[in-house]
Amino acid sequence: MSDEYYLELSENPVQFENASSVNNVFFDEANKQVFAVRSGGATGVVVKGPDDKSSVAFRMDDKGEVKCIKFSLGNKILAVQRTTKSVVLPDKRTLKLLKSQSINVNWYMYCPETAVLLLSTTVQGNVLQPFAFKSATVSKMSKFEIELPAVPKPAKLSLSERDIAVATIYDQLYVMYLKHHSRSTNSPGAEVVLYHLPREGTCRKTHVLKLNTTGKFALNVVDNLVVVHHQSSQTSLIYDIKLRELDGALNVHQPVLPARSINPYKIHLTGPAAAPSQAPVPCELYSSSWSVFQPDIIISASEGYLWYLQVKLQPTLNLLQDKGKLMDFLLRRRDCKMVILSVCSLMLTGGDKGNLSVVATVFDKLNQVYKEYLDAEQAYTAAMESGPSRSSTSYKRPVRTQAVIDQSDMYTHVLSDFTEKKGVKHKFIIAVLMEYIRSLNQFQIPVQHYLYELVIKTLVQHNLFYMLHQFLQYHVLSDSKPLACLLLSLESTYPPAHQLSLDMLKRLSTANDEIVEVLLSKQQVLGALRFIRSVGAHDNVSARKFLDAARQTNDTMLFYTIFRFFEQRNMRLRGNPGFSQGEHCEEHVAYFKQVFGENALMKQATA
Amino acid sequence: MLMISPRMASGMQEKQYTPSLLSFFIYNPKFGPREGEEEKKILFYHPIEIEKNEKIRNVGLCEAIVQFTRTFSPTNPAKSLHTQKNRQFFHEAEENYWMVMVVRNPMVEKPNKDGKPPTVEYQEEEIIVSNLFNGTFSRAFEAGGVELLTQKLEKFFYRYLQTLHLQSCDLLDVFGGISFFPLDKMTYLKIQSFVNRVEESLSLVKYTAFLYNDQLIWSGLEQDDMRILYKYLTTSLFPRHSEPELAGRDSPLRPEVAGNLLHYGRFLTGPANLKDPDAKFRFPRIFVNTEDSYEELHLIVYKAMTAAVCFMVNAAVDLNREFCEQLDSLVGPQLTLLASDICEQFNINRRISGPEKEPQFKFIYFNHMNLAEKSTIHMRKTASVSLTSVHPDLMKILGDINCDFARVNEDEEIIVKAMTDYWVVGKKSDQRELYVILNQKNANLIEVNEEVKRLCATQFNNIFFLD
Repeated sequence: MSDEYYLELSENPVQFENASSVNNVFFDEANKQVFAVRSGGATGVVVKGPDDKSSVAFRMDDKGEVKCIKFSLGNKILAVQRTTKSVVLPDKRTLKLLKSQSINVNWYMYCPETAVLLLSTTVQGNVLQPFAFKSATVSKMSKFEIELPAVPKPAKLSLSERDIAVATIYDQLYVMYLKHHSRSTNSPGAEVVLYHLPREGTCRKTHVLKLNTTGKFALNVVDNLVVVHHQSSQTSLIYDIKLRELDGALNVHQPVLPARSINPYKIHLTGPAAAPSQAPVPCELYSSSWSVFQPDIIISASEGYLWYLQVKLQPTLNLLQDKGKLMDFLLRRRDCKMVILSVCSLMLTGGDKGNLSVVATVFDKLNQVYKEYLDAEQAYTAAMESGPSRSSTSYKRPVRTQAVIDQSDMYTHVLSDFTEKKGVKHKFIIAVLMEYIRSLNQFQIPVQHYLYELVIKTLVQHNLFYMLHQFLQYHVLSDSKPLACLLLSLESTYPPAHQLSLDMLKRLSTANDEIVEVLLSKQQVLGALRFIRSVGAHDNVSARKFLDAARQTNDTMLFYTIFRFFEQRNMRLRGNPGFSQGEHCEEHVAYFKQVFGENALMKQATA
Repeated sequence: MLMISPRMASGMQEKQYTPSLLSFFIYNPKFGPREGEEEKKILFYHPIEIEKNEKIRNVGLCEAIVQFTRTFSPTNPAKSLHTQKNRQFFHEAEENYWMVMVVRNPMVEKPNKDGKPPTVEYQEEEIIVSNLFNGTFSRAFEAGGVELLTQKLEKFFYRYLQTLHLQSCDLLDVFGGISFFPLDKMTYLKIQSFVNRVEESLSLVKYTAFLYNDQLIWSGLEQDDMRILYKYLTTSLFPRHSEPELAGRDSPLRPEVAGNLLHYGRFLTGPANLKDPDAKFRFPRIFVNTEDSYEELHLIVYKAMTAAVCFMVNAAVDLNREFCEQLDSLVGPQLTLLASDICEQFNINRRISGPEKEPQFKFIYFNHMNLAEKSTIHMRKTASVSLTSVHPDLMKILGDINCDFARVNEDEEIIVKAMTDYWVVGKKSDQRELYVILNQKNANLIEVNEEVKRLCATQFNNIFFLD
């Protein structure tokens, strides 16, 4: 069961003094700082940030109850609010009014990541006016209306800030609206409605997340997933807005995975009541004292903890049976690489029926992402090479995310182990390797040599030479020198490999030397010579090499022919049939004289 | 494809006797060693009407010839006997099982040295084809004695001999090669993927072979078995089914009731119509890997448009309606799609390479290594005759060159100037043989040589073929 929890609280929470009658706790979303204000600040203010370095402790005079307290960015200026209408900056500073807007506002919401401010306007509060802050300017974005489940009569404020959250999902800003279940409509449960808020243009309702239940909810966004916590069932649901559902034009989404609780969490009791060796106690999850902040923060004020919510990918393997959908889901997650690779390994050794089409789907999904990265990389390189002429558009080097699973990853973590595995039918192994090669080809990704080697090794191991032969015949295994050499090494067990190898070397057209070596080693001296002449390289080959080979055949007529050929070459190149010193052919000249007599040597033309 | 040029026919006025099969018989001397029991030796005799005593006489003569020649060469007795009127071939298919074929020599009433018909190698392949369907002789004998063996032989050879058309045999029949369908890598991989998936879903299928346009693309069988199966498919099974196709039986889409994809798939062996309640689910049985594991398999041939797939299933399994329906619904739509993919891809490739790359030469190519054959001389083979676009005399020269090549191991090149202004060139490089027929009236040897070089450079530039 424990591997079914796909959400967890971070291991190292920010700890602070829990809220009590003497200690007020505040949270600043912009700096992610928790303020513990003891006795209105007189006995100390402790500020804790996401990392230890950003912790600050100070005292200030108790001038009444603190309603809100925050630092400016960089902890330079402290602002304290004690009344509804005034904010105090302890040091004397002046503020400059940059711009003013006059709007009736019910409430506001600010998203620090994107510097966008949302104002709730109109009587019902459902017309939202966003403002974008950029350096020193404020710009008014187009306002939009949230569709309420029912229009109240008479009109009254119907949209609460508790039901609105702003978050960035897949680099786009969304306003999330928790639309509660209403008896008047027939919807079976509450929904989260996502409004896409582009920098320019109008805001549009784009996604609906079906919660299929009612009650109290809270929202987080983790790793581009919308997490919906449901208090009464003490479970959470996750939604991926990029996972396409089959039905409907509007993107209506069901939860990716079945509802599960956050992974149980234990806390070590501290303080005077706790004995040092006391066992940690379970923390109450989904407690009513929890506060949830965007994007991924959960604070338990009563216990003095701030956690980051995290997604665990490993459990999704067992929860999502559709491997294609699982891949789509995993490929969009941040730390997905090892999980994806383990999905691949499991899928190959699982032994389900009809597995190959699943394998094909998964490979295609992986290679699509891989190909997109390769293309981006190539475009970047090309842009860099074309020089600064086009520097007006600054090219960013494409980021290689974990979702890019290349051939070496597949080879190292999945395929090489899989081919070694006992008890897997070789037919299946070959089918999988071919499927991977098919997928790479389909995306026009050049296949690496080591994959071919793996295919050949597997085929040879099972004596499937005719299969190998056919693959080579249709050029499924692309030509390369290493592959040709590998084939040559198979000649003793499979003689046709010789022909296959020579053909490949010929096609490479850069391997003429190798072809000569192969032919000479087979004592096909004349063939070697005819070949090298046909490619026009016969003026540069070593005479000694050919004469050595000819001698070894013990065929004197062959030796004569070869010898005469080189005499003629010498004549043509230097006007003299004799061999030059550097050619080291003295031994062969002597042998020639011995067998055929001195007179048989070619005479220098008398011109 | 080249058309028969009208000039060809002009020289054929003389009266000719084409080679034809006079008799064919199989015997085992061990089955009737005693006097008076000679008839028992004979396992099969064609033609069947021949009088008993003549059969016995002929068998006895063959036995004598083989025995006699054995004294000169104990391990290598006579293989053929050439007489004025006919020629006899002896082949010991298995120990003590002899097959004899008597062929009437071709004769032309014209002062012309009559040549040997290029059927020398014919026999061997026949045996193997028989192995494909019957298993080995001794197996059958062990299983059911002489009676079963004779029955089987009669059944097989009666049919087989009808498909034998000696008068139209030529070099290609000697090679017994396989024509491979040219295909790009991606489409080939798709076919791989298809075969693998079908074999996974239908786990009964042990081997698969894929053909398109009567040419081989993939064989899961070993080469030797495939060679025979290919021969059977292309000379017997496919021609038998080509007529209904030409008549347009395939043209209307066959709507599937269950709302499946429309597809053109149908069985060439087994049930002719799945919808028929009396359909029989019997498939021909074949024998493969007779050398070692000796497997008996059902041969299911399934075709959609021009793509044909052979599925081979262990013969011990009973194939029923359910299996055939499953196969039909699984393979039919996929194969239909694949067939149109291949066709499309093939057309694209042909368009890219352009019509100017279409061979201007008449040639036959054969590679002993993978049995690949290619011919621009032959028209499409039909059930009864193979049409060639050149004069039979030229074909005979090709046969003669081939015989010369067979005698030596080394690479060779033979150039022949034929009577009729034609040049015939034979080249042998490693395991490959190439025969070219050139029609250039006043060409000399050098020009012919250059011409062939040019052909090699354009047609065979992707293989290692020494010039």
